[in-house]
Amino acid sequence: MPRYYDTEITSRLMLGTAQYPSPAILAEAFKRSGAGIATVSVRREAGGERAGQAFWDMIGDLGAHVLPNTAGCHSVREAVTTAQMARELFDTDWIKLEVIGHADTLQPDPFGLVEAARILTDEGFKVFPYCTEDLVLCERLVEAGCRVLMPWGAPIGTGLGLNNVYGLRSLRAHFPDLPLVIDAGLGLPSQAAHAMELGYDAVLLNTAVAKAGDPVAMAEGFARALEAGRLGFEADPMEPRDMAAPSTPVLGRAFT
Amino acid sequence: MKITVNGTKQESAATTLDALLDELGYGAAKVATAVNQSFVPAAMRPEHRLADGDQIEIVAPRQGG
Repeated sequence: MPRYYDTEITSRLMLGTAQYPSPAILAEAFKRSGAGIATVSVRREAGGERAGQAFWDMIGDLGAHVLPNTAGCHSVREAVTTAQMARELFDTDWIKLEVIGHADTLQPDPFGLVEAARILTDEGFKVFPYCTEDLVLCERLVEAGCRVLMPWGAPIGTGLGLNNVYGLRSLRAHFPDLPLVIDAGLGLPSQAAHAMELGYDAVLLNTAVAKAGDPVAMAEGFARALEAGRLGFEADPMEPRDMAAPSTPVLGRAFT
Repeated sequence: MKITVNGTKQESAATTLDALLDELGYGAAKVATAVNQSFVPAAMRPEHRLADGDQIEIVAPRQGG
């Protein structure tokens, strides 16, 4: 099972907590999938609102490690300050670092991401960077102190799956010992299984589960796909080939 | 004193961040704070003096992906 900064998590599923039809469905999705990490965020609260406390109480009942994000931050300054506020609120030095670089694709700003990762690592944070599969960017993030990488499969919320299998495979080959997590863009359990077959350590989902017609069933479907894909990876798959090769013995065939 | 709290301009008589939270009814709410984009830890709020034009963010735990 994956280890993030010396903490072993007994699940390959990280699950977001947003967009569910109800808190009860969210809780059941976590229960049925066994997700080991819950991603959360911070947002403005009015005086007397107390919504934060209610959400915090609910998260405590999920039995998952909490991973706060800096979602929506478009600058290093915003991301760093948001991370600092999240650390105090959630009492964890883990941070899923997002520095968004483009409004349409929500793709990371690689330059700001590396700078923010360096600042936060120096401040004692354990950074989980939401990044692209760009090899050079990932090397810079590791140099900045990141001990886990979270490349996108596709843009957030699209459900398009693994858009650049070649790039993701290269990343896995280049960082054989670093935890790699597909963060964003998955829509179907088969895509999660594919990520496992590539040797990835985990996936992070939100929209694919929360926006499914039956979020609880989809969460369980993803959990089973992760298990199946990982087993396939560990079982050392056969090499694909172009020409057919009969699986039934040729020797002893009738009429020969 | 004119300040901006969570994007809304308003008048306040509070001289410290701690006093502002009291004035706005946060009480013991689970919130984190920043002034002019710099984090202000909870323990520092009583001594953090506010100035005219300050931009204050008050955030709480929320759902996230």
